[in-house]
Amino acid sequence: MKFTKLLATAAVAMGLATTAMADKTKVGFVYVGPVGDGGWTYEHDQGRKAVVEAFGDDVETVYVESVPEGPDAERVMTQMALDGADLIFTTSFGYMDQTINVAKKFPDVKFEHATGYKTAPNVSVYSARFYEGRAVQGHIAGKMTKSNIIGYIASFPIPEVIRGINSAYIHAKKVNPDVEFKIVWAYTWFDPAKEADAAKALIEQGADVILQHTDSTAPQAAAQAAGNVVTFGQASDMSEYAPFPRVSSIIDNWGPYYVARTKAVMDGTWESVSTWDGIGAGMVGIGEISDAVPADVKAEAEALRDALADGTYHAFTGPLNKADGSAWLAEGETADDGTLAGMNFYVEGINAEIPN
Amino acid sequence: MKTLTSINPVFVIVVVMVGAIPLLLSGTEINPVLLIASLMVAATPLLIAAIGELVVEKAGVLNLGVEGMMIVGAIAGFAISVETGSALVGALAAIVAGALLSLLFAFLTQFALANQVASGLALTLFGLGLSALMGQSYVGIRPPAMAKLDLPVISDLPVVGPILFSHDPILYVGIGLCAAVWGLLKFSRAGLVLRAVGENHDAAHALGYHVIRVRVLAIMFGGACAGLGGAYISLIRVPQWTEGMTAGIGWIALALVVFASWKPWRVLLGAYLFGGINVLQLNLQAAGIAIPVEYLAMSPYLITILVLVIMSADKSGAPASLGRSFHASQ
Repeated sequence: MKFTKLLATAAVAMGLATTAMADKTKVGFVYVGPVGDGGWTYEHDQGRKAVVEAFGDDVETVYVESVPEGPDAERVMTQMALDGADLIFTTSFGYMDQTINVAKKFPDVKFEHATGYKTAPNVSVYSARFYEGRAVQGHIAGKMTKSNIIGYIASFPIPEVIRGINSAYIHAKKVNPDVEFKIVWAYTWFDPAKEADAAKALIEQGADVILQHTDSTAPQAAAQAAGNVVTFGQASDMSEYAPFPRVSSIIDNWGPYYVARTKAVMDGTWESVSTWDGIGAGMVGIGEISDAVPADVKAEAEALRDALADGTYHAFTGPLNKADGSAWLAEGETADDGTLAGMNFYVEGINAEIPN
Repeated sequence: MKTLTSINPVFVIVVVMVGAIPLLLSGTEINPVLLIASLMVAATPLLIAAIGELVVEKAGVLNLGVEGMMIVGAIAGFAISVETGSALVGALAAIVAGALLSLLFAFLTQFALANQVASGLALTLFGLGLSALMGQSYVGIRPPAMAKLDLPVISDLPVVGPILFSHDPILYVGIGLCAAVWGLLKFSRAGLVLRAVGENHDAAHALGYHVIRVRVLAIMFGGACAGLGGAYISLIRVPQWTEGMTAGIGWIALALVVFASWKPWRVLLGAYLFGGINVLQLNLQAAGIAIPVEYLAMSPYLITILVLVIMSADKSGAPASLGRSFHASQ
C-alpha cells in the first residue's frame, strides 16, 4: 500500500517535472562511436556542445554513444522520442532506414540524419562535401609520396567513402602521374586495433602516405611508429600527431548547423531540407598544413582549398572517365550532385573493384 | 586410433591453409615473414584474454565481463606506463587492475550468489564507463615503447629471427601462459581440483575442497589475463589510448573458448587463426588480390569457427557446473 502510494507520488512528481521542463527544447544525438574517439563522433559532440553554449538553459541535450548501425539504433531513437526529444540528430550513414522508420512513428519529432539521402516531412538530411577536403589531401599526398604508393583505409563501400577515394585519387594523379592507390576495406567505422593492422599492412606493402576514412587515431600511431609515413587527420584535426606524421586534416564543423537547426525548432520554422555544404560554407575545414610539407606544396594546396571554397573550381571537373573506361565528364564539365550522392564507381586509373 | 581420427580433419585443413598461403602470396608484394610476425602480434590480446576465461570457465564460472576487464586493463596499463615511463610496470598494473575488477564479479557471484550472466554483462558496462572516465586525460599521448627481444645473432637470422626471436616479452608470456595452463590443468593436482570444482561442485565440496576459494582464484586469474590482454592493445598493438578501443575483442575471446572446447591448445590455434586471417585478409586487400573483399572481410570469423567446430566433433563438452552458483548449504 505504502509502496503504491510512493509510486503514485513519484508519478505525479514526474508529471509535474515534465510540464515544468516543457519549455525546454530537448535535442537528442545518436553517435556511432564513443565521444572520445578523437575523430568523427568527437566532432559531432563538439557540435552538441555548441548547441548547449548557444542556448544555455533553454535547451537540454542528451546523447547515446557507440550505438551499432542496425536494429539497436531504432530502439535508441524510439527511447529518445518517448523521453520527449523535439529534435534528434542521427549521426551515421547506417542509421538511415532506422531514422525513417522511427520518424514515421513520431510525426511531431524532427529528425536530422547525417550523410544519408532519404528524407521525409519530419526528416532532414545533412552532410558535408568532405570530397573537397579529399581533393586537398590528394594533392599533398601525390606530392609527398616517394614510393608512389598511397594507402587508403576505407570503411564501408558507400557513396560517401567512394567519393572520397575518387577525389583524392584524381588530385594525387594530377600532380603525380605515377601514383598508385592501395585500398583496404576495414568494414568498421571504429576499431583501433583493426585500423592499426590495416595501416601496418599498407605500410609493409610500400605505402608511404596513408589516408583514412575510419574514425580513430590508430593509423596515425602506426604511421608514427613506422617513422617515415605521412597521414592526415580524419573528421577531427588529430593535431596531437602534428607536425608529423599528420601533415594536415579534414575537420568536420557541425556546430553552426546544429545551432541553426535547433533554433529553427524553437522558432517553429523547421522544415525538411537537404543540406550539403563544403569548405565555402565552413562545414568542412582544412586543418593547418604543417611545416613537414614543403612551402610550395603548401601554397598550392591552400590555393586549391580557396578555389574550392569560392566555387571557382569543382573537385570533379572533366575530362574524367569511369574505371571501366566509359566516358563520364567531358572537358570542363563538372559532376552534378545527384551522381555524386549516389556514386558507385571508381574513376579511371584506380585498379580495384568496389565491394558490393 | 581415436586421437588419430579426431586430428585428421584438422591436420588436413591446416596443411591446406599453410599450403595455400604461399600460393596466394606469390606475385604480390606481401612479405610472408613480416606477415607472420604481425599476425602473432594481432593474435596475442585475444589469446591472453581467452586463456584467462578458459580457466574461469573450467572452474565452472561464466564471466561475460571479459570486454570490461580488458578495457580497464588497457587504460590502467596505459596510464601507469605513461606516468612511470615503463611499459613493463604498466603491464603489471594492468594485471592488477583486471584482477581487482574481477573481484567485484567474484563478490557478486560467489558470495552474493548473483546471476553470473547479468553480473558479467554489468561488469562489461561498468568497465567501459570506468575506462572512459579514467582515460580522459590520456587521449593523444604516446606511451613508452616496450623493449623487444634482441638476442645477438639469433634475432638477426633470416626468417626465424623476425618470426620467433624479435617480439615484445608479453607475446612470449602469452604463449607461455597457454602452455602453463595446459600443463597445470592436465598434470597437476591443482588442475584436477579446479576441473572437479567446474564439473561437479557438490562432489568437490563433499570431498573437502573449498569450491568458493578455487573459483575466486580462477576469476582473479581470468581478470588478470584480460587486463594484460587489454594492455597489450593499448601499449603495443595500437599503441595509444582511445575510448572503447578493445572494440569487441573480449566477446570474441568468450566465443573462442567455447569453439575451442575449453582446450588451451585449441585456444592458441583459434587465436592465431583469427588474428592471422585478419591480418592476412587486410594484406591481401592491400595487394589487390582477385578475391572479392566481402569474402575476405568475413573470412576470419568463418574459417576460425569452421576449423574449431570440425575439431570439436569429438564431443568434448562444457564443464558440467558452468554458470551454476554454489553455496555450501545446498
